[in-house]
Amino acid sequence: MAWTPGDDVIAVQRAPEPGGAGGAYRAFGETLRGLKTTFARMLERPVVYQYPEQKLPVYPRFRGRHKLHRFSDTGLEKCVGCSLCAAACPADCIRVVAAENTPEHRVSAGERYAAVYEINLSRCIFCGYCEVACPFDAITMGHDYEMSDYNRQDLIFTKEMLLAEPLERTPLRTEDE
Amino acid sequence: MSSVLTFATVGFAEAWWIQIIKAVIIFLVGFTLVPLALMLDRKLMGRMQMRYGPNRVGPFGALQPMADIGKLLFKQQFRPRTSVGFLFAVAPAISMVCAAGAFAVIPFGNTVDIFGKEVGLYGIDVSIGILFVFAFSALSVYGLMLGGWASGSKYSFLGAMRSAAQLISYEVSMGLSLVGVVITAGTLSLTGIVEAQAGMWFIVPQLVGFLIFLLAAFAETNRPPFDLTEADAELVGGYSTEYGGGRFAAYYAAEYFHLVIASAIAVTMFFGGWMLPFGIDPPQWVDPIVVIVKTVLVVCFFIWARTTFPRPRYDQLMSLGWKILLPLATANALVTAILVVVTH
Repeated sequence: MAWTPGDDVIAVQRAPEPGGAGGAYRAFGETLRGLKTTFARMLERPVVYQYPEQKLPVYPRFRGRHKLHRFSDTGLEKCVGCSLCAAACPADCIRVVAAENTPEHRVSAGERYAAVYEINLSRCIFCGYCEVACPFDAITMGHDYEMSDYNRQDLIFTKEMLLAEPLERTPLRTEDE
Repeated sequence: MSSVLTFATVGFAEAWWIQIIKAVIIFLVGFTLVPLALMLDRKLMGRMQMRYGPNRVGPFGALQPMADIGKLLFKQQFRPRTSVGFLFAVAPAISMVCAAGAFAVIPFGNTVDIFGKEVGLYGIDVSIGILFVFAFSALSVYGLMLGGWASGSKYSFLGAMRSAAQLISYEVSMGLSLVGVVITAGTLSLTGIVEAQAGMWFIVPQLVGFLIFLLAAFAETNRPPFDLTEADAELVGGYSTEYGGGRFAAYYAAEYFHLVIASAIAVTMFFGGWMLPFGIDPPQWVDPIVVIVKTVLVVCFFIWARTTFPRPRYDQLMSLGWKILLPLATANALVTAILVVVTH
């Protein structure tokens, strides 16, 4: 017995078949309309940014290269070496080795500090989970997106590099942009 | 009966040394127009897509074609192991020579007086001018076909078959579309055709022929939207898949040379060559400039259409060529012939 599709049948709606004088006229008209469209674009200004000279401004919440922070009053590092960022990282690109603060050698405000803090930016996917995971706001995502380099080794950013004040290379968007 | 078979008579010929100088100058003009067309292509297409196009090398990016050619020429010559050595090397040269050869008959002006010598502003004025162009454009199929076959790669071979089929089928319509012009002018010589347009450019009485010629020219020059032979977005690259470096540059330059020649033929056959409309009669030294400016304008139209239209399917291309353009071109030639006979 033949199978009857019942309600599963989908009626396909097709455009009228081009053909005859009407079809030729329509094809010709549409051809000219297309030409008009492209010509009109030529009279407008290009919308592109001339990149190396003219940088695309980023939004304040843009997730660029990470920054580590210090307390502005004491100068101590905010990071306490808890490794929560490393645990949250889906790309597994953060490496933290914690060490104890001592009265003689006090680096952070908490009990421990990050002796080693490395982010492998060649693996980082800039998801911002580290920023979310951090209980002390010690790591945030910056605005810098120009991070290309000639060696993979150079893309492993150490704690000193992440703490250093980054060169302001990226313009921020203004209110009305 | 003379022992020498005359295939074609030459309308006007100079001393041999003038001809050599002329050949060099025409070659140089041709090879100046090719990078110009290349640059125009990228710049104009950029503007139509609301971007700048190349603007880094030289003022306004004007030296970009030179940079491209330099890059390609300094690349290592590479040859696939399965390729047929000699033909693989000679195929791009065939493409190039055929393109340059067709340029010889394009008239840039009538005979002028230069330092007391009569010089025609064209390579040679043969009585079969337009057939000469078609002969070379037909020969250029060999360049593509041999290149695709000698590469020893299935992609190249399939691309070559596609391009051969496309070029051959559109050449028929292209030839027939010009028959109307030839009948109206009553001569095959390109200078004769231009002179016949003194009263009215042939685009007015031969509008249908012009449209057919234009469509066929897109297919003949492998330009988008009829770049089915290459179709860089869909295929690997057609006949030139296995080519790189200088040989690829030769194919690329030949493609743009064909574009320039197709535009120059359109100018000669339909836009009055070196004639200007509204009875403007400039001094004779302006003639080549008029022809070159008109040619560049037609090139601009080719680029304009390139940015606008999507590529048709291969069967659509074939049915357009054989089912629409060929009957139309035949009817156009017939109607023109009847009208010419009736009115004379």
